[in-house]
Amino acid sequence: MTAAAPASRVGLVVVSHSDMLANGVAELAVQMAPDVAVLPVGGTEEGGLGTDYGAVVEALADADSGAGVVVLYDLGSAKMTAEMAVESADDPSRYAVVDAPLVEGAVAAAVTAQGGAPLPDVASAAEGASGEAPVAAPTRPALHLVPDAVSAEVLLTNEVGLHARPAALLARTVAELDADVVVRYGDEEANAASVLALMGLSAPGGKSITVVATGKDAAEAVRRIEELAERGFDD
Amino acid sequence: MGCTAEDVVAALRAAAAVVQEHRDELVRLDQAIGDADHGENMKRGFTALVSRLDTEPPDTPARVLKLAATTLISTVGGAAGPLYGTAFLRASSAVGDAAELDRDAVARALQAALDGVVARGKAVVGDKTMVDALTPAVTAAASAEGTVAATLSAAADAAEEGASSTVPMVARKGRASYLGERSAGHLDPGARSTALLLRAFADAAAKA
Repeated sequence: MTAAAPASRVGLVVVSHSDMLANGVAELAVQMAPDVAVLPVGGTEEGGLGTDYGAVVEALADADSGAGVVVLYDLGSAKMTAEMAVESADDPSRYAVVDAPLVEGAVAAAVTAQGGAPLPDVASAAEGASGEAPVAAPTRPALHLVPDAVSAEVLLTNEVGLHARPAALLARTVAELDADVVVRYGDEEANAASVLALMGLSAPGGKSITVVATGKDAAEAVRRIEELAERGFDD
Repeated sequence: MGCTAEDVVAALRAAAAVVQEHRDELVRLDQAIGDADHGENMKRGFTALVSRLDTEPPDTPARVLKLAATTLISTVGGAAGPLYGTAFLRASSAVGDAAELDRDAVARALQAALDGVVARGKAVVGDKTMVDALTPAVTAAASAEGTVAATLSAAADAAEEGASSTVPMVARKGRASYLGERSAGHLDPGARSTALLLRAFADAAAKA
């Protein structure tokens, strides 16, 4: 957490039966969202496999900097432990236990939280995450049909293309601006706010994507994405 | 013929002794269809409970049940921790601040415990879980007549029968559900521990 953070962000708690698994998921999520508190809680007090109710209660409080906390879990009893911990909190409405794929859900939630989204949005980002296909297309009309849209062809100069970290960088860049952005590659289209949807495009290095933006900061969004791509996403 | 805080403490101590005695059996059952930790988890939880009852015995049945709940939640681990914790917590709320529990209060506590377990674990009868033991126990307790001991004894009989009924079942909840058809042919460890606890409570009540 940086002291200069303008407003508090939603935190994440990862509840797993395994300490290693919880830490691994948190490590992955934090890489994509450096300013989000992602707290791993894995294993029992004695260091075995299992879930520790007391540790989950503490993590909920520690991860909450004012905007609430999204809780992810691995197996059934971790869910029960998480739900009990939330029910015992002073204000259960500050916490959301989400049914989501653990890894994809944590990454999607972390990136959404990094952009400053409120608790319900971070929770639905996790719930909508799936490793299979791009996240459901935005419900608004297709942006490329909007007349005042700003668009550009952007060459992916880095080797891996729109892979995890570049996708997260792009999603974060867009999240800071007042703009709706879609990215197209081939026949696929992804909402740029969703790191998983971007990754689902499987756009490789050396190819071009089409960026289409609308909204007040549309031109700035396209400019920043072009700049990111020119820098090879700092790879 | 009510059941005082001291009687509830005695019943929980009896349960702890039974859990200790059956630790290996529960481990074996859980080894077959789960992660082999149920016996050890239950033993750890009830051992912790006994030591808390030694140092700070609460003064009403509800408070004793609540101490059991909070201790089991934080020490049992696995699914059994939250499930038994919820069961004892709901039972505690159901009996209010009465100094003594009559048979109706005991039946009400069992019903509340079942409702809590179902709400927490989302299992129904036939899923091969502790719900298969607890559900018939609640029904038997509700229609039992006479003393607290008779009520608990009827509940324990029904729970044992309910636990046995899990043998041919295919698990639909918990770790055993990952085994699918291969979970059939084994007694469910959670149903077994529920039956053991109720039998221990019934025996303790008969001695009181």
